[in-house]
Amino acid sequence: MPDERAIRILEEKVAELRRMIEEGGLELSQELEVLEQRLQQLRREQYAKLSDWDRVQLARHPERPRGLALVQKVCDDFYELRGDRLGGDDPALRGGVARLGDRPVAVLFHERGATPAEQRACRGGMPLPTGYRKAVRIMRLAGRLRLPLVSFVDTPGAYPGVEAEAGNIAGAIADCLATLLTLPVPTLAVILGEGGSGGAIAIAACDRVLMLENATYTVISPEGAAAILWKESSAAPQAAQALALSAARLRKLGVVDGVIPEPVGGAHLDPQATAQALREALLGHLEELASLAVEELLALRYSRYRNVGIRDAKAKTG
Amino acid sequence: MPIRRDSKERYVEVELRRGEETLWERCRACGELVFRRRLKENNYICPKCGAYFFLTAQERVVALIDEGTFQDLTLPLESTDPLSFSDRKPYRDRLREAQETTGLKDAVVVGRGKLAGHPVVLAVMEFRFIGGSMGTVVGEQLAHAMEQAVEAREPFLFVVASGGARVQEGVLSLLQMAKTVAVREQLARQGVPYIAVLTYPSTGGVMASLASLADFTLAEQGALIGFAGPRVIEQTTGQKLPPGFQRAQYALSHGVVDAVVPREGLKGELAHLLDILQGVPSA
Ligand SMILES: [Zn+2]
Repeated sequence: MPDERAIRILEEKVAELRRMIEEGGLELSQELEVLEQRLQQLRREQYAKLSDWDRVQLARHPERPRGLALVQKVCDDFYELRGDRLGGDDPALRGGVARLGDRPVAVLFHERGATPAEQRACRGGMPLPTGYRKAVRIMRLAGRLRLPLVSFVDTPGAYPGVEAEAGNIAGAIADCLATLLTLPVPTLAVILGEGGSGGAIAIAACDRVLMLENATYTVISPEGAAAILWKESSAAPQAAQALALSAARLRKLGVVDGVIPEPVGGAHLDPQATAQALREALLGHLEELASLAVEELLALRYSRYRNVGIRDAKAKTG
Repeated sequence: MPIRRDSKERYVEVELRRGEETLWERCRACGELVFRRRLKENNYICPKCGAYFFLTAQERVVALIDEGTFQDLTLPLESTDPLSFSDRKPYRDRLREAQETTGLKDAVVVGRGKLAGHPVVLAVMEFRFIGGSMGTVVGEQLAHAMEQAVEAREPFLFVVASGGARVQEGVLSLLQMAKTVAVREQLARQGVPYIAVLTYPSTGGVMASLASLADFTLAEQGALIGFAGPRVIEQTTGQKLPPGFQRAQYALSHGVVDAVVPREGLKGELAHLLDILQGVPSA
């Protein structure tokens, strides 16, 4: 991980200088400018050489913008819809309707909780079957009302627990995928933090898939891969590298359509700027998708998913 | 044919078989040495203790498809190792070893044939090939199989033996979930029936996509059916797993499958179902 201490010291100096200027009216703005430039330079240097394992840490950073707070910054007038209409309401997978620019949209997002009590209720952002059934309900609503669907992905994975299995979590995820892939409206996903396995793709198999610069999207956690393949948990950093889970590598693989830059040092250093960048990216893609006829949209989506990985399975001659 | 329902949970342990050349095989549940031909006649069920032996994909095809009717439609594909993945061993080496063990290029066999006279298109997973995991090749073969079923207007039969998505192909494996689900919709649109047979194990990414979306879902007795593996659940949550957790009877009582069928009854049960769909009386 980058040496945050050096950055912190410089940050404190900058803050101190600002105070002196404000309080004393001292003419130190030139010094301030120099110092701020040095701070930016240091941040850029430190974060230019992030490893994939560093990005895993940033994606999981406790102060990373996510959940309801971020959705409310990106969209206007978010109105939450509760319950799967089948007997449950999972706080770890939420959704509703909102405005994005001058467009009404349906919204889905993983939630990890703001307070310790909420965090416990959300099981660290790992949804139960009822969460995915609520997602299906909101997807269908989007289809009926012709609302584009915007999906904010941030989960370590679906909850691996007895109650999840008893409620057929596998079937709930599969239903989500089936509904999402045939939805007759534009669908947009952005991976905010962790895009963990089946619990993520259930709401991420969209017409466009974007990632924040330091988000991760992976078939298994680096720790899980380390345990299964390396047989030692200390191999997680190597596993992170091998899994190609970073936005940059997934962009190169053609899995992701766009990478949204984060403030130097990570999204948590400037949630407002992150939300603004996100909003602009979403608006741009939404406008492109909205110009397509439904048949065209569905044909493009079908071809995208029907053909995924096709060039990675090569014909064997002879 | 009367429909058989085995309501008693018979905890058959399904063991991984190794070595194909010997005349005898040892039951890993009770230690008995069983003459291979005797084992075959007995549907690869231990005559002494009743344990189910793993079936290879080819053995599964022989067990379900009428003799002389099977046409192999598996595409000549193999993985390009898109991530150049290496853990303690390069993925390429694992692929080569699995190919040598199984005689297959990847973890699935696709074909056409008759099941008790009914034409079907089937895909059978091969567990011995890296745990029956789904990567880009398996995803493409499954898509191909369903497209063949749509074209021929013949029921699609999917025999699952898979631990989940293939780790070594990363997100590309995860995306095969979306791929297979997308193509599954073509079956629905054309009214082509889809029957899944879940065996030991049917878990992870395959179960959280195509395998959960069949019109009819049969579980072979003793199958393991779920999303997260039992060990992951214990380690992540510290929960104690109830007896019979994620086994076929558990899946039946939790509304996940339509029937639990002993191995020797599987073909008959499938034939019965296909008879009904054809509107012909069952033999
Ligand atoms: Zn035995």
